[in-house]
Amino acid sequence: MSTITGILRADGARAGRTRAALIALAATVAVVGAPFYFAPFQVFQLTMVLVYAVALAGLNLLVGHGGQISLGHGAFFAAGAYTAAVMLDRFDTGHLATLPVAAAGCFLLGLGFGVPALRLRGLYLALVTLSFAVFLPLLLKRLEPWTGGSMGLTVDKPQPPAWSGLAEDQWLYFLVLAVTAFALLVARNLLRSRVGRALLAVRDHESAAEVMGVRLSLHKTLAFAWSGMFAGVAGCLYTWVIGFVSPDSFSFVLSITLLAGLVVGGLASLYGPLLGAAFVMYVPNVAQDLSEAAPGVVFGLLIIAVMYVAPAGLAGLAGRIGSAAARRLPRTRTPDGTHTARPTPSGTSATSADPTPPEAEVQAQAEPVGAPPRTEEE
Amino acid sequence: MSAVTELLQQTVEGVGAGAVYASLALALVLIHRFTGIVNFAQGELAMLSTYVAWQLMASGMPFWLALPVTLAVSFVGGMLVERVVIRPVEGAPELTLVIVTVGLFIFVNAAAGLIWSFTVKDFPQPFPDGGIDLAGVSVGWSTLGIIGVVAAVMGLLYLLFQHTSVGLVMRAVAANPTSARLSGIRVGRVLMLGWGLAATVGAVSGVLVAPLLFLEPNMMGGVLIYAFAAATLGGFDSPVGAVVGGLLVGIAETLAGAYVDVVGADLKIGVPLVIILVVLLVRPQGLFGRAAVERA
Repeated sequence: MSTITGILRADGARAGRTRAALIALAATVAVVGAPFYFAPFQVFQLTMVLVYAVALAGLNLLVGHGGQISLGHGAFFAAGAYTAAVMLDRFDTGHLATLPVAAAGCFLLGLGFGVPALRLRGLYLALVTLSFAVFLPLLLKRLEPWTGGSMGLTVDKPQPPAWSGLAEDQWLYFLVLAVTAFALLVARNLLRSRVGRALLAVRDHESAAEVMGVRLSLHKTLAFAWSGMFAGVAGCLYTWVIGFVSPDSFSFVLSITLLAGLVVGGLASLYGPLLGAAFVMYVPNVAQDLSEAAPGVVFGLLIIAVMYVAPAGLAGLAGRIGSAAARRLPRTRTPDGTHTARPTPSGTSATSADPTPPEAEVQAQAEPVGAPPRTEEE
Repeated sequence: MSAVTELLQQTVEGVGAGAVYASLALALVLIHRFTGIVNFAQGELAMLSTYVAWQLMASGMPFWLALPVTLAVSFVGGMLVERVVIRPVEGAPELTLVIVTVGLFIFVNAAAGLIWSFTVKDFPQPFPDGGIDLAGVSVGWSTLGIIGVVAAVMGLLYLLFQHTSVGLVMRAVAANPTSARLSGIRVGRVLMLGWGLAATVGAVSGVLVAPLLFLEPNMMGGVLIYAFAAATLGGFDSPVGAVVGGLLVGIAETLAGAYVDVVGADLKIGVPLVIILVVLLVRPQGLFGRAAVERA
């Protein structure tokens, strides 16, 4: 019998890998196929989810992994958006040229912000970043010759090249998808590098990290810079997608919404920014139908609720359900071993009498989601 | 009007604005002393209290009767917020506390919009028009009234903390919660009391500022930033500092708006930002605060 379970287990491992590949393939097909399936407005919403995901990935670097609080990331977002808009409007550069400039500009801005952040901790950093976020829209209004004041700037959206045969919304979706995928990849690799490990060490114990040879000042400043850069890139994408910027789009509510989205999505998780971005995009949309104030009520309650019951956010919640299911599975195995815990790929054990498959299914899907501290082989 | 009178006039107006910032800063400092939390929702709670006052007056109550009722409601409300929202995360990391109070901020703001809508409402001015003339400087009754009310609140708080047994217990909890608990003080109740007091003081600032700014759910957003600057300047653990800081911030804001061309009327909000940054970089504990000694 032990050989049977052994075979089953090896089979299960192989099946697990196949399943992961299948899920990845299905996800890719879904992501690439989406703009051809949905209506233009829905494609636009998906595009905005991707834009927010980039900003949240940056905020996650700083807040989730760096342990520093920023209530002002909307300011970096605004800086990126305005960099792109001013370049397009005044200098008539191509769209692609705006991306590196917005990224570099916000990186430098973040670096500048990181220096006072060295001396400020926790609450104080939150105060300074919040007041910066309140200040920036007013500054943008003042710089009217460049920014168009409170009227804002209207710029051209990137047009699809003739050979692609795509509509404008589809082309935008793919452009943003490419940038987002690249940005998320960079964020992930950054976290698995020296820099990422140093950040985690600083977050968990500053003094210990310093003793281990991590240069606190360098890494805390860099965290701000990287994080600002991602938010700036997201802002640049925002300008591409919307084709219009105005100071009122970037009030401090945006900063707070970004933080809220990240917290609900899941701090320090790889998939948290994506979930959070969907949350930021769709919850106000759904709640808006009820009343103008409903999104805020839902947001506020959810943030507090998430802090109480699931500090790791939606991503963490999914992971927790997964591990809870995993803990319970061995117990459901019957003594004769005919019901193995993991459903076999052929589905023989998935009889109607078997209570395990639903849980196991949850686990199989949730496993990659709730994976913040894991260092699995690639 | 000579330049000196002009300067004095601006200063008086600054003091009037500063008194409002001082009372909200006082609320922030009270909560910070008791719980170590900077309450980002303080301004919104004050806004909610102001709506309560408005609702009472809209139903026919005179101002000077509506005010004590509002303060009582705010006191109970503040205690409830501590018990329901803050207690479950007591002792949590700073990030959690900030996020919870930000969540409260968003919720209260939206809830007020839901109940009373986002349209601007007129809030009656409790003080008579006009004012007195001091050597060419006109001081409005409303300015004097605001200063008087804030001074009265300060005085009452001083009496409460220094000359009553409740005040003694509260100071004990602020100084050392663990020892206070060991000597038989119900720390949880004292914390509720502290939040209630802070909400009451905040309500005073809301009611005072509403006639100047018009009542709407986002009314206190700007005031909160000034109050942060005031509390930072005075020191987050010093009530006296909060008041002095508030007055200084008010004066600095008015003078910068009037005399510094780059600032003007629209960029005044940059003044508290600069004050916060400079204070935190040069003297992080503020003018009256004690520097925290930290053992890693």
